[in-house]
Amino acid sequence: MTEQHHPGAPLDLGVLGFERGAHLLVRRALHGVPVGGRITVTGGDPALGVHLRAWARREGHGFSAVTGRTATWELARGSAETDRWAGAERAGGPGPDGIVARPPAHWGLAARGALVEAGGPDVRFDVDDRDVVWADLAPRLYAHAAAAQWDPATAVDWDATTDVPAEVEAAVVQVMTYLVENEQAALVVPAGLLARVHPHFREVQQLLAVQAADEARHMDVFTRRALLHGGRMGTSSAGGRSSLATLLAEPDFSLASFLLSVLGEGSFLSLLAFLERHAPDPVTAQITHLARVDEARHVAFGVAHLEHQSGVDPSLRGKLRTAIERRHDALADTAGLNADVFDALVVLAAGAWTPEAIARGHDAVQELHHAMDEGRRQRLARLGFPPDEAAELSALHTRNFM
Amino acid sequence: MTLIMGGVAYDPKVLTIWDGFRQWLRGQGLDFDYVLYSHYERQVEDLADGRIHAAWNSPLAWLRTERLAAARGRTVRSAVMRDTDQDLTSVVVVRADSPATTPGDLAGGTVGVGAVDSPQSTLIPLSFLRHSGLDDVRVRRFDVGVGLHGDHIGGERDAARALVAGEIDAACMIDGNHLLFGQEGTLPAGSTRVLAQTGVYDHCTMAIVDTAPADEADEFVRLLLSMSYADPQVRPLLDLEGLKQWVPGRTSGFGPLARAVDETGFYDAAGTVTAREYDP
Repeated sequence: MTEQHHPGAPLDLGVLGFERGAHLLVRRALHGVPVGGRITVTGGDPALGVHLRAWARREGHGFSAVTGRTATWELARGSAETDRWAGAERAGGPGPDGIVARPPAHWGLAARGALVEAGGPDVRFDVDDRDVVWADLAPRLYAHAAAAQWDPATAVDWDATTDVPAEVEAAVVQVMTYLVENEQAALVVPAGLLARVHPHFREVQQLLAVQAADEARHMDVFTRRALLHGGRMGTSSAGGRSSLATLLAEPDFSLASFLLSVLGEGSFLSLLAFLERHAPDPVTAQITHLARVDEARHVAFGVAHLEHQSGVDPSLRGKLRTAIERRHDALADTAGLNADVFDALVVLAAGAWTPEAIARGHDAVQELHHAMDEGRRQRLARLGFPPDEAAELSALHTRNFM
Repeated sequence: MTLIMGGVAYDPKVLTIWDGFRQWLRGQGLDFDYVLYSHYERQVEDLADGRIHAAWNSPLAWLRTERLAAARGRTVRSAVMRDTDQDLTSVVVVRADSPATTPGDLAGGTVGVGAVDSPQSTLIPLSFLRHSGLDDVRVRRFDVGVGLHGDHIGGERDAARALVAGEIDAACMIDGNHLLFGQEGTLPAGSTRVLAQTGVYDHCTMAIVDTAPADEADEFVRLLLSMSYADPQVRPLLDLEGLKQWVPGRTSGFGPLARAVDETGFYDAAGTVTAREYDP
């Protein structure tokens, strides 16, 4: 690319023809003169004159043969290209510091920072307000998430089985069945949201995409653990599914993120820690540990983006409160947590079928409830709720945990 | 009064094009509508009869419009053209290893052309070859889209393929399609050679008949000429229709086609279709 075409000197194409890219050299030479300026082109391809004329006409450049000289033509640069880019604009800047408050719909799928030709279709991404979608933490969380991806086939030692008593294994299977159901909801919600986020907020889309991929792996490992010893899947209660259905029904980006990530996945952090601690086998301990690390990232983004938003929107807390109350009212007449799941958690924590062990297990599940409530109240406090209101709202959270 | 323009639907994109123009022209305050025809002959007859006011005409349609209108005591004008409609050429292409060095060397051979009514790949190049001294040659026609006056590229492409396959000795096509066929690989690089190139001629034009409402017709032309490639609203329409700007129409570039039409008796002086084997 060091060859330079000097204005005034003929552009000699050698034997290169238009079937093999001659237009690139001609266009480059035309870039060297202003609109209306002329270049002279010569070359040895027998069809060059025919093709130069046709190409120049199509591109809006003037064409004429140079009299008295063989195989030499003159082109006059037309204005089409400069016209096309006259109204173009940069779609913000490529880095997070180049993000604009409200990217226009016609930027559509253009890369952030690209030079965008004016016109083109309006592509509707309804989540297009920086204050609603953005968190300064997003780029860092995405980088961390991308680096922390693990392979279900190799990250878990699937052969590390221990002899788990049949009734304890049944409890594991029931808990895994419940986890898969909840992870499916946790996959569908961010997947739906990410398709609505304006691509200008690239890092948020990337983060949500990895979040969905995280949940896909969780569904995979929890299913594999449930079936590891040849059993059948456990039960799915109507009340549990009702609770999850209310998550899918929330259309507002911030409220959906709040209910799922801050409250639901936040509660799951405690649940997964509980399962790791009381796991009767290494596989259960490994997979609940891996899932918890991922979930912690999801919670961090949910909290960070709502913290950002509550800083610019004083009415946000009122909306969050209403969302909790609305969901509580919708679930008031349902059973909440699958009774089979509750019993399975007690059995897992008990580890044996003696009255003393069951009592211990029951106490441990009560402690789990307490830990979940404590975690929710802390996160609500980070969003600016006073302690009494945080406690009140935490108590309204679904009995299904997620 | 509504100014009504005819267009020929040679491709589904034609609907997109003229619907876009209709919206834009109406947005500029012109009461404009269009009708689409399945071939040029009916459009031309309707224009000469005054049933429509303007017609986006092929060069062949322009020549017939002129003759039909004159026979009815009317006049038509070539009002506006695309910048890409002026100074076109056609080429006669042979395989690279052909012994022919002049059109006369094709004597006794077979020349492939496009559809019977294609100005650029049949009428003009065959007339050109005759005037280059080539009389003794068989013509193989590739009739795709008869009635569309060569707007459909299929006939030219089929002729190009037949040339590469060795079925014919030469193929005729417009210069822009020779460029396209080379770039898309229909004519592999180095496999063919341009034997001859016709002189320049003009292509499509917006014909307006004298019975059109005068103010609306003038405004129509003014608005088309005002369309700027720098306007992002207009640019997609110009890109679809294949132009960078509209230019004032002229009739000086239809001579080679008129000569071909008269030589072959495609139309008579009154504009009657007299071509053999032409049934759009």
